[in-house]
Amino acid sequence: MKLSKWLFISVLLFSLVLTGAGCGNSSQVTLNVYNWGDYIDESVITDFEKETGIKVNYETFTTNEDMYIKIKSGGSSYDVAIPSDYMIERMIKEDMLCKIDMNNIPNINYIDPNFRNLDYDPDESYSVPYMWGTVGILYNKTMVEEPVNSWNILWDPKYQKQILMLNSQRDSIGVALKKLGYSINTRDIKELEAAKEALIEQKPLVLAYVEDDVKDKMIAGEAALAVVWSGDAVYMKWENPDLEYVVPDEGSNLWFDAMVIPKTSTHQKEAEMFINFMCRPDIALRNTEYIGYSTPHMEAKKNLSAEILNDATAYPPQEVIDKCEIFKDLGSYLKEYDRIWTEVKAQ
Amino acid sequence: MKIKWVSYPYLVWMMIFVVVPLLLVIYFSLTITDGGVTKFSLANYEKFFEPIYIKVLLRSIYLALISTVFCLALGYPLAMILASKEMSRKNFLILLFVLPMWMNFLLRTYAWMTLLERKGLINTFLSYINLPPLEILYTNEAVVLGMIYNFLPFMVLPIYSVLRKIDPYVIEAAEDLGANSLTVFLKVIFPLSLPGVVSGITMVFMPAVSTFVISRLLGGGQFTLIGNLIEQQFLTVGDWNFGSALSIVMMILILFSMAAMARYEKDYEGGGLW
Repeated sequence: MKLSKWLFISVLLFSLVLTGAGCGNSSQVTLNVYNWGDYIDESVITDFEKETGIKVNYETFTTNEDMYIKIKSGGSSYDVAIPSDYMIERMIKEDMLCKIDMNNIPNINYIDPNFRNLDYDPDESYSVPYMWGTVGILYNKTMVEEPVNSWNILWDPKYQKQILMLNSQRDSIGVALKKLGYSINTRDIKELEAAKEALIEQKPLVLAYVEDDVKDKMIAGEAALAVVWSGDAVYMKWENPDLEYVVPDEGSNLWFDAMVIPKTSTHQKEAEMFINFMCRPDIALRNTEYIGYSTPHMEAKKNLSAEILNDATAYPPQEVIDKCEIFKDLGSYLKEYDRIWTEVKAQ
Repeated sequence: MKIKWVSYPYLVWMMIFVVVPLLLVIYFSLTITDGGVTKFSLANYEKFFEPIYIKVLLRSIYLALISTVFCLALGYPLAMILASKEMSRKNFLILLFVLPMWMNFLLRTYAWMTLLERKGLINTFLSYINLPPLEILYTNEAVVLGMIYNFLPFMVLPIYSVLRKIDPYVIEAAEDLGANSLTVFLKVIFPLSLPGVVSGITMVFMPAVSTFVISRLLGGGQFTLIGNLIEQQFLTVGDWNFGSALSIVMMILILFSMAAMARYEKDYEGGGLW
């Protein structure tokens, strides 16, 4: 008897401790924002807190897949997340996103119409564009003398242990698929297997599979070539003028990141306030200037310096964009990509 | 043995944080989800026996063994130095040895990244004295180096504490009976210190075989160890079932190595883990 009584009390105490945490500040709203690493001017968050009195709990992820798993597996309560196109498409399909009331986001009218109602969210009911860009090769001009215009250079034994690849499933498989002349959304198992072979063949040449650390490495001249996102390339070129960015002729990936409200959100109204705030011209400008990525925000773009606007890395000419392909959600076929990436990494 | 009431909170704690998660892992490892339907299956374990994953397991064991051997080779003499009577300022030395352990091991591993880089501190120094640069960051060697650096104290401290407890009169007796210092070491000190060696080996091998951070940071994501594979299944791929099966395999591996060590340890007193 005594044992069960004590058990009961301890369980009770324990559950009190667990539930107690949530009840504390009912007056003040805390907004959980989930964004890519290095993807915001963090002083913007402080300003939002000052203006609205809403506290922001800011967390970061390194790949779309990481973010998806964290939200999907439950236990999180993110109010705003900033995933990419194909991931938004997937989350909409899996009913993981709240519809956004666009009446609460008047600033969406500053977004260039070319970036609105894209395929991943055709009715513009779930997402508000944040940044966009391409994937390409960043190379160090002092280490690479030949012209860089093809993904094949990443398979050139001359650059053994001088190549940094992205530790991101869709991006790295996409590079191999484009090198072979296939679509980055292929559902042909033969093409995928060929991409796997290519990545395995490339592995001895690769110095490391990196994430945000690619920036430090390339700026410090630790490697000659790296697969990077265009916005990071802009930043790295600021820091080290020896670096140059190119979108290879075979084509590449054109991507869009947008703000969404996951179903885990408990403060939808405040989340919409945050999204609207992020689209305010001065805030959008600060973010764009700080992180270096390409903005879909017309007002912010107008106020950028000519130096950035004329940089083909951030704002590539139309013929480069035409070569590129947008990631699509693969549905259940994704597990083949998962398998191939696991096998490449395990090799 | 009568369980005292003070242990109930601990029991509850163990239930919630050890037993229940373990059962969940076992459940996940024995099921597969196909099109929203969950059914029992051994498919996850079958998948593990594909050559590619066996290779990952063997690689993990291989690297862990190498670092254990190195830790032992480096750690035993060090423990002897620390335990020797002649050593003055012994406590100060031990403090110096333990001091880095007070810092988070992630930070220490990041520090190695900066040291080993192509244009890092070590290579800058080497080129200064006209020596060829070392290219070891993102190689097997860097991973092993990281393991040795991080786990060496786990080898030294158990051996040290056993050595310190050896009765000096036993050694003196051996010397009185005409044994030279090599014989004293081989016939007296080393056998007496075996329990410490065994627990040192276990305490180095287990974290080394299951690490994923060291191989990720110093191996540049190229050297997938079983820990990395598990991490990838949970965090990127989202195949919890296969990830759980891999975790079970690793737990079995660890249990086996502990059991092997425990059997060996039974003949000796103290110093063991269980």
